[in-house]
Amino acid sequence: MIISQIGNYSLIFGLILSFFLIIYLFLNFYGFIKINLNNIYSILFLQLFFVFVSFFGLVYSFVISDFSNSTVYNNSHTTKPLFYKISGTWGNHEGSMLLWLLVLTLFIFLFFIYSKKQPKNYRLTTLVFQEIIITGFFLFVLLTSNPFNHIFPIPIEGLGLNPILQDPALAIHPPILYLGYVGSSIIFSASLAALVSKNINIYWAQHIKKWIFLTWILLTFGILLGSIWAYYELGWGGFWFWDPVENVSLMPWFTLTALLHSISVLEKRSILKSWTIILSIATFSLSMSGTFLVRSGILNSVHTFANDPGRGVFILIFLFFLILISIIIFFFFQTDERTSTNKIYWMSKETSILINNWFMTFFLSVVLIGTTYPILLEVLTNEKISVGPPFYQNLLIPFLIPFLFFMAVGPNLKWFKSDYKKINFNKIFLLFFICFVMFFLVKKLDVKNLFVIILIISSLYLFTSSFIDLIFKRKNFSQNIAHFGFSVLILSIIFNGILSKEISANIKIGDEINFDGNLIKFKKIDVADKENYKSIIANFEIKDQKNKIILLKPEIRIYNQPNILTSEADIKSNLYEDKFIVFSILNREEIFNVRYQVKRFMIWIWISTFLIIFGGLIRLIKIK
Amino acid sequence: MVGKKVKLRIIFLSTFLILLILSLFLILKSLEDEIVYFITPTEIKDLTELDKKKIRVGGMVKEGSIKANSENINFIITDFKNEITVSFTGAIPNLFAEGKGVVAEGVLRDRNYLISKKILAKHDENYIPPEVKEALENK
Repeated sequence: MIISQIGNYSLIFGLILSFFLIIYLFLNFYGFIKINLNNIYSILFLQLFFVFVSFFGLVYSFVISDFSNSTVYNNSHTTKPLFYKISGTWGNHEGSMLLWLLVLTLFIFLFFIYSKKQPKNYRLTTLVFQEIIITGFFLFVLLTSNPFNHIFPIPIEGLGLNPILQDPALAIHPPILYLGYVGSSIIFSASLAALVSKNINIYWAQHIKKWIFLTWILLTFGILLGSIWAYYELGWGGFWFWDPVENVSLMPWFTLTALLHSISVLEKRSILKSWTIILSIATFSLSMSGTFLVRSGILNSVHTFANDPGRGVFILIFLFFLILISIIIFFFFQTDERTSTNKIYWMSKETSILINNWFMTFFLSVVLIGTTYPILLEVLTNEKISVGPPFYQNLLIPFLIPFLFFMAVGPNLKWFKSDYKKINFNKIFLLFFICFVMFFLVKKLDVKNLFVIILIISSLYLFTSSFIDLIFKRKNFSQNIAHFGFSVLILSIIFNGILSKEISANIKIGDEINFDGNLIKFKKIDVADKENYKSIIANFEIKDQKNKIILLKPEIRIYNQPNILTSEADIKSNLYEDKFIVFSILNREEIFNVRYQVKRFMIWIWISTFLIIFGGLIRLIKIK
Repeated sequence: MVGKKVKLRIIFLSTFLILLILSLFLILKSLEDEIVYFITPTEIKDLTELDKKKIRVGGMVKEGSIKANSENINFIITDFKNEITVSFTGAIPNLFAEGKGVVAEGVLRDRNYLISKKILAKHDENYIPPEVKEALENK
């Protein structure tokens, strides 16, 4: 009770500090007062402290199951394990927005500490933009989704957390993803500030690069965690569904990846200034619209959670406000692109990075249109449609082919201008060799689609080329490992798609299924009572052609509060394949619905993404 | 006369525009081919012609309608005005149960029968497809 009061007032104090800081900074810009930087540190620290108190107040309310708080009442239960009581804090809308706010204030505090070498005016301007965003989120939390609302009379028991959210990967997925989203807000504010204070130069690029890499690592890791969770928890055995909620996290990733590359051009050649700013603005706008789309309930998604449209409207208005400000600033403070050496040659690293950026923009527009078109159509014609995975595959695969080739060639070019005579002919022989090998592989693989064959060739080319660079070149280790990881990712996705097999059947205990030479036997079920759910474990025996037997034990959990079922897949992984089994109960029948999948090279999808992240991490460490 | 620099810029801009229009055209074209319409059992009854395109049908699973044999699961989707029988092969999601909301993707055999290979899960037990909600409120 008292904790909620403290949390609530802390938020209000935090908001007041935001207003105060914005006014204080504007008074400084117009020359009325002179700012003491130490005061700024104190105010930022105080603001962080208030949000911190508020957030941990909420965590505490969850831990002690204080049901006088409506957020706790709606999303917790006394029998829930402590770990999920804590992660339940951000497993709901109100708490997750509070987490956004916490990360926002934490990041601006860190930014201010780590930007001491930058011009004072630039730092203060960044602060203004960031405080405007923070104010918006304070207002959003306080007005539309206050996590500290009271209930009276106090309920004895809570409603419980949606069981599919009671999972370790999902406990850390939202915070990491939010760190990525919020990191993009720092890049956004810093870019606008650099525009206003005419500070876009090589030194600024070096300074903002750290933040871009940090944000990119967090966003990539956040997306990966969500994907892994979807793979084992949702029970359909895929890692990407092209679902709107997944797509909205991928869209800022495209622009951020483009930014990650173009910032090097700005750093080395002092060109592409406006483009860099556009990418920063786009990344943050896409992160914000992601939140808006997920929270508003507009999306017709398999991930849809029940929600309140009023909140969506608030974010939408706020988003338009921010985009409007950034466009106005962008046009009125246009940077001077003319420098003494602004010429771009065809055979140069900057051209290849520009090509990367164009492809990223194309990928972005495909995903953007595929995600928003159904919404537009519903608003305009009231027709409800969805866009399936084939749309994305048909459009992305043909364009991935040249993209992968450029990815292999680009890093070996020099800044400014490369010499035609120094082309490495070994690499061309390598390409012929791969085509030659593929010629024989095609018959064995039984691939019908020509595009897929060329895609395999191009990703094998990137694979071998970046592998050779990785071993023989000491330079650009981080980049080579990330590109190598990407080629492994594409290869494992392709082979996973081509070689995976599955069967589903409705069977009784004791029944057997014959599948691809393996015998799957449904032996028995065990029932057990756990802390907050009843567990039904099925025992399946899978005997392969060599009479080797493995046991798989998928589980169904019947949660007490809320009273729903989840099925937990059982997965046996090795480097070659994942054996994935999941079962569900049919109403009032003694038959069980069983789905068995053999997913080839599944683990390599995760490993390769970790390699990509690892590449980013190494670069981040090297910058500092 | 236009200078060399201006000429280059014009060429650059026009190729850029052509590429932009081309890629937009490509995206919209394949969008047309790949969209899946979402309809309710009542709307199916009102269809003038049936084609072989994939659709999604949403509604509630009728109480007592789930019947399974070794290959198929049969059930009825209702929007409380009309209903349609679904013959489903594949894996069912956790939240698939009688009296709960469901979305099935498949091809219509006739106005009363859908052959489906995919049922979409909803993550939230309180979630009801919006169309079904409307139908419930109108009742």
